[in-house]
Amino acid sequence: MPDPLLTLQGVHTHIGHYHILQGVDFEVPRGSFTVLLGRNGAGKTTTLRTIMGLWKASRGNIRFAGEDVTSRATPDIAASGIAYVPENMSVFSGLTVQENLILAARTGKIDAVRLEWIFSLFPALQRFFGLAAGTLSGGQKQMLAIARALIEPRDLILVDEPTKGLAPAIVGNMIRAFREVKNAGATVLLVEQNFMAARMLGDAVVVMDDGRIVHRGAMAELAADSALQQRLLGLHMEAHQ
Amino acid sequence: MFGRVLSGDYPRSPILTGALLLILFVLAFAPFLFTGAQPLNVAAKICVFILLVASYDLLLGYTGIVSFAHTMFFGIGGYGAAIALSRLGPSWAALALGIVAAIAVAGTLALLIGLFSLRVRAIFFAMITLAVATAFLVLASQLSGFTGGEDGLNYTVPELLRPSFRLFAEPIFGTIVNGRIVTYYIVFFIALAGFLLLLRVVNSPFGSVLQAIRENEFRAEALGYPVVVYRSFASVVSAVMAALAGILLALWLRYTGPDTTLSFAIMIDVLLMVVIGGMGTLYGAVIGATLMTIAESYLPAIMGSLGKVGAGIPFLSTLLSADRWLLWLGILFILSVYFFPTGIVGKLRAHWQNKRHGTAQRQDSSTPGDSGNTRPSN
Repeated sequence: MPDPLLTLQGVHTHIGHYHILQGVDFEVPRGSFTVLLGRNGAGKTTTLRTIMGLWKASRGNIRFAGEDVTSRATPDIAASGIAYVPENMSVFSGLTVQENLILAARTGKIDAVRLEWIFSLFPALQRFFGLAAGTLSGGQKQMLAIARALIEPRDLILVDEPTKGLAPAIVGNMIRAFREVKNAGATVLLVEQNFMAARMLGDAVVVMDDGRIVHRGAMAELAADSALQQRLLGLHMEAHQ
Repeated sequence: MFGRVLSGDYPRSPILTGALLLILFVLAFAPFLFTGAQPLNVAAKICVFILLVASYDLLLGYTGIVSFAHTMFFGIGGYGAAIALSRLGPSWAALALGIVAAIAVAGTLALLIGLFSLRVRAIFFAMITLAVATAFLVLASQLSGFTGGEDGLNYTVPELLRPSFRLFAEPIFGTIVNGRIVTYYIVFFIALAGFLLLLRVVNSPFGSVLQAIRENEFRAEALGYPVVVYRSFASVVSAVMAALAGILLALWLRYTGPDTTLSFAIMIDVLLMVVIGGMGTLYGAVIGATLMTIAESYLPAIMGSLGKVGAGIPFLSTLLSADRWLLWLGILFILSVYFFPTGIVGKLRAHWQNKRHGTAQRQDSSTPGDSGNTRPSN
């Protein structure tokens, strides 16, 4: 098994009076595509936000590339090489597509080759490069949010429910794009509710429930075991074929 | 060339372009277009307020920071020049010292307030700035030996800027170019340069980060931008520009007092100018400052004339009395907010964009949203 790029050990997160994460332990191996699954309210988004330092872990520790990042500020965590794509098509709507991308480039300049690659993944972004991101459709906004994370090579990409609310045709487009990202060797931690998408992309899977990890293993095992899917996720595979 | 001067930020509306060019033309040639002191006073005040309002829009419109301490920085500029000129005499060295001191004090104070207070929620930051501004106003009123107290400070400006000074022996276009006109052009060009500099700031990568922070500070942090540092730096730039506007007003009026620089009435005026012109666009500062200053300067006289017309009619004469000009200004404000919720500039730009969009759609149906649509809600 490759060495872990990201390790969470006994991570607890409180938001106000609520104890959301209750001892989360898992690893993201370098170069792997790990999918974090779980029902609504299981703590998946909180896990990503805690990794990014947007919510501080009240206990436990988070190590990234061998360094403890638990108490670091969010900009420092981002600068250390983690890109984060929040849920809900999170673009800066008052800025143009180009400005959104430049904002994500730490050097302030976009690499032309990288941009061409992004345009090949999401052609719509090339067509609307100079337009305000707020005028894009939901799917295009989601493409832009992901493109922002890809504009520079990052060690780890955290993606929160990229297919949420998108039409099936766009979900297919999104999966193809993530496959290319995976083939390019990126390490990705993806939160996803769409099991079909998760199954097509994931090497490893982590399942959460009530702020705890209830399963971790290879995605191929979970995909092949419908009883396990039923127990962990309440899924009938027939419904997802 | 034009694009570089405007930092690529065009007005994006023919009506707005026309209005801005008209304002620029009138302000540039005001000493030669009008006679009498009042029009030139109004023009100088418009120049000062364009810079002041634009600097406030950098905070409110571009960064999403609500501050009530902006007139404090305006006052620091005014008092910096006033104290230096009144204490050290009417020399350029004294003025330069006053300018440097005022800008240094304004910048440092803005940085301190920003670093200590911008971590808190917006409403608390607004309250902190209100408290600091009130304390500064009280301090300026109480330290009468230093600031002149409620009476303020009268001082003499360097000879070149005095009304008695003649730049040319012969009149130019029938106007004697005296020190007053020289002062006006100093105010005009510094305000113009300050405005263009702010335009550069908001259209730079730094400006994009500020807009990103305004939209969603967590997302901006997640991209690696330390929000407090960026907000504090925006506060410093804004405060320095406000202080510069205060220095210009001090040079123009040759008087600085709490009522001309520090009062909350000015803060409210600045807020109204930003809202009427349009938040998040510096051209809104130009439109808002021009309309409000003209309305405040001429509405009482217009109301007085209308009052005389309706003198025989009891209710109408009261309503149109010169003393009621603030009521009409309030009504104009309510109407402008109702009809132009995004400000005049926002409305004009949206109107032009819709018009162009309509034309483009007829020519080419390829518009954003035609691919990658979200699933329709059930």
